[in-house]
Amino acid sequence: MIELISTQQCIACDKCILVCPTNVFDRGADGLPVISRQSDCQTCFQCEANCPADALFVAPHTHPLPEASFAHDEEHLRRTGLLGSYRRDIGWGKGRTPGAALAVGPALSPSGPPLIS
Amino acid sequence: MTLELTTDVLVVGGGPAATWAALKAAEEGASVVLADKGYCGTSGATASVGTGVWYVPPEPDAREAAMASREALGGYLADRRWMARVLDETYERINELADAKYPFPAGPDGTSLRTGLQGPEYMRRQRIRVRRAGVTILDHSPVTELLTSFDGAVAGAAGHQRQADRPFRVRAGAVVLATGGCAFLSKAFGCNVNTGDGALFAAEAGAELSGMEFSNSYGIAPEHTSVTKTAFYNYATFYRADGSVLEGAGSQRGRSVIARTLLSEKVFCKIDLADEAAQKAMRLAQPNFFLTFDRLGVNPFTDPFAVTLLAEGTVRGTGGIRIVDDGCATTVPGLYAAGDAATRELICGGFTGGGSHNAAWAISSGSWSGRAAARFARSIGRGTRRVQAVGGAGLRPAGKVADVDVAEVVRTVQAEVLPYDKNYLRHGDVLRDALGVLDGVWESLRSLESVGTASVTARQAAAMVAHARWMYTSALVRNESRGMAKRLDHPELDPLQHHRITSGGLDRVWARPEVVAA
Ligand SMILES: Cc1cc2nc3c(=O)[nH]c(=O)nc-3n(C[C@H](O)[C@H](O)[C@H](O)COP(=O)(O)OP(=O)(O)OC[C@H]3O[C@@H](n4cnc5c(N)ncnc54)[C@H](O)[C@@H]3O)c2cc1C
Ligand code: SF4
Ligand code: SF4
Repeated sequence: MIELISTQQCIACDKCILVCPTNVFDRGADGLPVISRQSDCQTCFQCEANCPADALFVAPHTHPLPEASFAHDEEHLRRTGLLGSYRRDIGWGKGRTPGAALAVGPALSPSGPPLIS
Repeated sequence: MTLELTTDVLVVGGGPAATWAALKAAEEGASVVLADKGYCGTSGATASVGTGVWYVPPEPDAREAAMASREALGGYLADRRWMARVLDETYERINELADAKYPFPAGPDGTSLRTGLQGPEYMRRQRIRVRRAGVTILDHSPVTELLTSFDGAVAGAAGHQRQADRPFRVRAGAVVLATGGCAFLSKAFGCNVNTGDGALFAAEAGAELSGMEFSNSYGIAPEHTSVTKTAFYNYATFYRADGSVLEGAGSQRGRSVIARTLLSEKVFCKIDLADEAAQKAMRLAQPNFFLTFDRLGVNPFTDPFAVTLLAEGTVRGTGGIRIVDDGCATTVPGLYAAGDAATRELICGGFTGGGSHNAAWAISSGSWSGRAAARFARSIGRGTRRVQAVGGAGLRPAGKVADVDVAEVVRTVQAEVLPYDKNYLRHGDVLRDALGVLDGVWESLRSLESVGTASVTARQAAAMVAHARWMYTSALVRNESRGMAKRLDHPELDPLQHHRITSGGLDRVWARPEVVAA
């Protein structure tokens, strides 16, 4: 589930509010997004992929994590490279090659074609 | 103030089926409105998961092998003419994507590899293409009901815009339902927008369903997480807690062994059959598969992790709205169905459409329905018809009005369709009991009145209850085991039941062997 919005990194572009398929965010009074309906989050990572500032972190768990969790430790997420990692891995963002262009996986059977998604 | 629009074609949904429908309707010269519950470009199963695609070059041997590959698994309910059409259409459309600069990867010999699509990239591009085609996109605009004209033809739809918090109504010459399948809010990857809404709307307008017994697909995910991408579990071994191998368990064959075992104990997994080269390549092919592991700090190739099975219902099942012609028309004039909202039995039979067929179906049925809807709209002209809204359960009470706890309804339907010992490992007695419960909640929803945002959740609940009732009623009519519709009390395939099962109805649900027009 969505667990973190970095107020330090967010540039208040509204993108996450717009793209979240299950309408989890609202715009707060200060212009930054707020997580209003976390229980509706479907853990799809779309907000993270679309955030131009790497300001969001979606934990893999489908239930909310406690305050002390790693998912709320912004410094830790930055240090370990987890913050912004999905966008990096799919090659979104300036100067990156789209991951789709490099997506040559293993074949699932000896005679099969390589998996590309 | 209600947002009122008039258009030739209204497309309901925002995934691959919807975007292809919108593109092809616009190419036919129609004005098009596309209304999505979420955001067209990120919403729906494909946008998050990405898909292998049934892309087969038009070489006779390759096509023959492709058509034969799932015929037996599907219980011989698929149709070769439809398979051939889908293979043709998909081949052209995927090449169209390549021309539109989708960045397909190149193989070692430099050839462009086109048998799959990365979800976020594909759907981001589809949105851009749809916008460039002049389509009006309404995001965060769940449709809650259809409009019909007094001759019974579908003439538009209405809903509620969540972020703008205002009702909307679109009058249209024809409507394409591309709302996806139904995964019962199981949190399977990208599937929580898929609550089967289109099937409910279609049934309310008088349409039929088909293959609803093929509705018990379950995807493997690490416990307490969402990513149900399953291809790489072909490289996995499944274990019990004590480290012994769980015999017979597997991803493709043997998933039911996992389900059965999960009823009483945890099941663990290691993707330990992949060598280093394969491991590296996997990361390139499916970055989303590794999201979970990297964030949990688990090395899936060496560390055992607990797994679960999440219901994907008719998303990776094959049942849906019955279609009756090559343009994906339903039995109701002016109403078309595409993608997972429609039955995929025509190309999958009773076996899952996941892995390649579903994506090809979404592309093909989307394109066909868009073109056909545009032609239908043109044929009836632009005059204003008098319309009525036909939404029932959860919206407009049939008799007395009562308070209904919608969240409780959702929990009740989930308790009947998510458990492995009810839906996955099916038994007639259990299905009958479940239907009793489901009929009860349906009746309660008939007395619920809702408006605004509340109408969206109420209608989702109604759609899920309706879906579950068609599923189990159809499963009870199939007194055998065929495709994924296996019955513990009828474990054998019965050659006399080699037919599709049509279903429908709302207050009174019915299912019966398909009557094929001579
Ligand atoms: C984990 C996973 C892996 C898969 N892998 C493969 C694969 O490798 N190959 C393959 O062929 N298939 C695969 N599939 C299946 C494939 O993803 C679907 O068949 C495909 O997404 C269907 O496209 P669609 O457009 O019909 O539905 P979706 O992509 O689900 O889109 C449905 C759209 O309808 C919208 N909607 C829903 N209700 C309403 C409403 N009331 N009003 C307005 N809009 C609404 C949603 O917001 C969404 O945008 C996989 C599925 C899953 C879950
Ligand atoms: S997308 Fe990122 S930068 Fe934009 S508002 Fe959301 S968190 Fe802030
Ligand atoms: S993970 Fe998906 S559902 Fe959750 S907040 Fe982000 S975009 Fe929304």
